[in-house]
Amino acid sequence: MTTATFGHRAAPSRSGYGFRTVARMEWQKFRTVRSSWYIVAAVAASMIGLAMLVLSYENYAQLSAADRAAFDPVHDSFISLVLVQLMAGILGVLAITAEFSSGMIRATFAAAPRRPLVLAAKAAVLGAVTLVAGEVSAFAAYAAGQAVLQAPAPHATLGQPGVLRAVLMAGAYPALSALIALGLGALIRHTAGAICAMVGVLFVLPLLAAALGPSVLNTVQNLLPHVMANSMTAARPLAHMWSPWLSFALLCGYAVAALAAGSWALTSRDA
Amino acid sequence: MIEARGLVKRYRSTLAVSSLSFDVRPGTVTGFLGPNGAGKSTTMRMIMGLDRPDAGQARIGGKSYADLRWPLREVGALLEAKAFHPGRTARAHLAGLAASNAIEAGRVEEVLALTGLEKAADRRAGKFSLGMSQRLGIAAALLGDPGVLLLDEPVNGLDPEGIRWIRNLLKHLAAQGRTVLVSSHLISEIAHTADALIVIGQGRLLAQTSVAQLSARTGSLEEAFFQLTGGFTDYSGSLS
Repeated sequence: MTTATFGHRAAPSRSGYGFRTVARMEWQKFRTVRSSWYIVAAVAASMIGLAMLVLSYENYAQLSAADRAAFDPVHDSFISLVLVQLMAGILGVLAITAEFSSGMIRATFAAAPRRPLVLAAKAAVLGAVTLVAGEVSAFAAYAAGQAVLQAPAPHATLGQPGVLRAVLMAGAYPALSALIALGLGALIRHTAGAICAMVGVLFVLPLLAAALGPSVLNTVQNLLPHVMANSMTAARPLAHMWSPWLSFALLCGYAVAALAAGSWALTSRDA
Repeated sequence: MIEARGLVKRYRSTLAVSSLSFDVRPGTVTGFLGPNGAGKSTTMRMIMGLDRPDAGQARIGGKSYADLRWPLREVGALLEAKAFHPGRTARAHLAGLAASNAIEAGRVEEVLALTGLEKAADRRAGKFSLGMSQRLGIAAALLGDPGVLLLDEPVNGLDPEGIRWIRNLLKHLAAQGRTVLVSSHLISEIAHTADALIVIGQGRLLAQTSVAQLSARTGSLEEAFFQLTGGFTDYSGSLS
């Protein structure tokens, strides 16, 4: 099985392992675990199914004039994101905590000792898969939702102001949720602990924020991921909410901050 | 060649490894021996760059682990059994690790054959027995055809046939000029496999010797081991 000169058989001319080889490993790991695809399928099914459910029951004819004026068939297509952020978050957490719980992380770091590089490769693979799945699902959800929406409700078209942007941002939201969760997972290491932290941020903080006075509430709310999702997926501006682009930029900032914190924790703590 | 120089590792109040220095030379199997809790696994993790020493350093072929260009092609390690995702097949597990170091896909099949896992290659590794898990760990260690091997208690869970298989494998690998460090808490087991010995207790080096020298000290190897490690175990029971 071996030759006299071991360790260098067919050694590649490249300088050493790097982002490309490690990303290949991470892609191989991602695609060979069934739960990855179950979660991706659940994200797609929720986005498309809930858009159809909500828009097919839209009762525009009986809405008040004020509600008609605020009616946004694009925003209503993406009510699913409150559920999807949890699914994508679990996918992101598991991408790293599953390695800590099995001990696989030590094999990974033995193969690629530069830990920030490993996290970057994980983020690239997870981000790419969830972005593609998210965008495809978002356009499918939008199209299916408009298809089942009944007259006299006004239908949206991608050419109207804000519509294409709203659909694109809805498609990006699962990826951003997954990346924030990956950073949390790298920081916390335990599956249950990281999922609790994520649920706390996504679902408990909003409840606590609701207890604050209205003036503070408006500001604080705009910092919560699911409120940002609302702002990003609305085709027409919503009262008290920051602009879609500001929300999107902030959410990207959260992902960068979570990954930076995770990277620091991976490097500074023993594996 | 593995060189450990003044390695120290503290976990809160306990000193797991205390100024530990030793050399592991190529061409021979070196046994890494000590009672449970002596610091063997901690030391191996420090050599692998997984745990950061509080002082001292470990070098492999003159480099620290973090500086290796193709780590799996230079060092192979089995640090714990079942260090894989239970839902992934053996083949997929190995293919992922191979990709990280640009190891050709054919090598995955070679190590599967070498460890007798061909028939189990497409089964989920979570269903493996402890013995099969150890074989998968050894397959992963051999993936890059490395010149240095570190194996932490590799015979755990293996049946007598498996134990003999790994003994012969390690001797064969060392005879090819590789550096092989294999830990055990069983002197009787290591005596069949290793020539050189590093004995530690409570994180301290007790002896860097050879099996032949150690057994020459008293008539029995086991007795010599107990004399050496007496007072360096974390527990002591009494019969009365």
